[in-house]
Amino acid sequence: MTAHAIPSRARPPGRAFSQLVKVETKLALRVPVGVVLGIAVPVMFLVIFNAMPALRKPAAGTTLTLFAQYVPVLICLSLCLIALVSLPIPLVTYRQLGVLRRFSTTPAPRSWLLAAQVVTNLAMAVTAIIILVAGAAVFFGVPLAPQLAGFVLSAVLAIAAMFALGLLIAAIAPAPGIAGVIGTVLLYPLLFFAGLWAPRQDLSPIWQHIGNYTPLSAAVQAMEGAMQGHFPPAQPLLVMAAYAIVFSIAAIKLFRWE
Amino acid sequence: MITLRNLRRHEPRGITVRKPGISGPAPVDAGQQRTAVDGPPATRPVVTVDRLRKAYGPGAGVMDVSFSVNEGEIFGIIGPNGAGKTTTVECISGMRVPDSGVIDVLGRDPQADRAMIRESVGVQLQESALPPMIKAGEAVELFASFYRQPASSNELMDALGLAAKRNTRFMRLSGGLKQRLSIALALIGNPQIAILDELTTGLDPQARRDTWELIEHVRDRGVTVILVTHFMDEAERLCDRVMLIDRGKVAALDTPAGLAERAGGGSHLQFIPSAPFPDQVLTVLPEVAGVGHDGQRIRVTGTGDLVSAVIRALGAAGVEARDIQVKNATLDDAYVRLIHHAGHDHKEALRP
Repeated sequence: MTAHAIPSRARPPGRAFSQLVKVETKLALRVPVGVVLGIAVPVMFLVIFNAMPALRKPAAGTTLTLFAQYVPVLICLSLCLIALVSLPIPLVTYRQLGVLRRFSTTPAPRSWLLAAQVVTNLAMAVTAIIILVAGAAVFFGVPLAPQLAGFVLSAVLAIAAMFALGLLIAAIAPAPGIAGVIGTVLLYPLLFFAGLWAPRQDLSPIWQHIGNYTPLSAAVQAMEGAMQGHFPPAQPLLVMAAYAIVFSIAAIKLFRWE
Repeated sequence: MITLRNLRRHEPRGITVRKPGISGPAPVDAGQQRTAVDGPPATRPVVTVDRLRKAYGPGAGVMDVSFSVNEGEIFGIIGPNGAGKTTTVECISGMRVPDSGVIDVLGRDPQADRAMIRESVGVQLQESALPPMIKAGEAVELFASFYRQPASSNELMDALGLAAKRNTRFMRLSGGLKQRLSIALALIGNPQIAILDELTTGLDPQARRDTWELIEHVRDRGVTVILVTHFMDEAERLCDRVMLIDRGKVAALDTPAGLAERAGGGSHLQFIPSAPFPDQVLTVLPEVAGVGHDGQRIRVTGTGDLVSAVIRALGAAGVEARDIQVKNATLDDAYVRLIHHAGHDHKEALRP
């Protein structure tokens, strides 16, 4: 919307949004990038890691096994792939093809198209988290986080921070290929600090300190805390919230419709 | 040559086309005067654009455009690339904010009342697409959900010949079918005005002709059509009135036949008379500009409803005309005269 838009009394029908979500969901399943990357890949890692006896040992400085410690890390992997690939690429494609422009001539606000994308990807992210947590609990003996509320809050903030980052990519990337490159380049350091390649506690203190200010390291710290039965510390929660707010504002300010 | 098309489209118009002598010199006035002079069809303007300006750097965009579109007509906007055609319709549809000028669409300001405009103006945009994987039927139903009183998706898809393609993905549709779908989406909201921008660019000749028929059906449904095109045959075939834009200004505005005439084309008529007759039989006619002989054949040049006038006069003189050949000036001629040969003074070019 430009500054010239005057809010109108005549709202488009509410069914427009549910139709949009329905169609976006169908499209997301038709090209199942998000489902494969965001759900199947992390679940595959969960199964593989469970088959590695080395990960049954307790993780230093925690009450968790190394395997259990990987559950929040794999949640972060899922969030990365959904938020940095599945969410922005269709939006950038829509802009490039003129779909956003086409929408702006209808009574449905074009922002609804973005919102529908967010809702569809949100559903995938929540599904992935439920599958990972429930699968780890049912099949691989990782108990549910005793501090469940803290765990859910951490997951919600992690989703918010990563989706905001994904929308920022969608806002500025001029072409789908460029969005893909930005997403991939960000993916590796984010997951490095989350502990995908080595547990966070094995990093040198400087890298741990840097990691504390990255969204996914914060997410893993917060979720690990909840899995050990205490409410997540304030710092990682605030780090994630800050990323969510800053990236959201930047995405809204920078989003180009054409 | 007389063709069914010429007869159907041009002869009835011949009655309403004014002679060049009466034409006002200012191109903008021509269309408005016509309405005033000719009266019926009784129409009211659904779109009025007054001194629109929307510039994109020097020489680009719209400099000064005024016109009005009457209810129920097919109004053509033609002109070279970059003349300001698309910018003009984007301002009408509320997508662009004019630098200056007044636009009235169905009694509203497109900027102040965007929701109303989007509800009642259907738009088919140049270079806009749908998600590649969406099915045609899904797209129509999705867009139907955006409007408060949508047309029936099934009926519209039937009418546009899309019913069999309901489950075909957008990326798999041919160019012609994509355009049909685009028309369907422009009409699904039951608009009063449809803006169709470069509808047939890139289509094969058959698909273009099919699309033309569709546009006529759209008009027959009571929708006012604003058609942006750079094909003269398309404008000539479809449009009730045509506005030529060049470098952001209106170069001319008239019926296709009127434009063709005012560009100095006129009509040329040849026939073989059943009996000799004096030239005065024809030269007294106001429609006739000149009479020439080519052996047996008589050549007549003139304007307006030349064919009818000549045949009536010959009939009154007891002469039959055989082997009649007619060549009307075309919009092509007008376009070339008014745009390319106009140089810097469009008004000059308007005088035959």
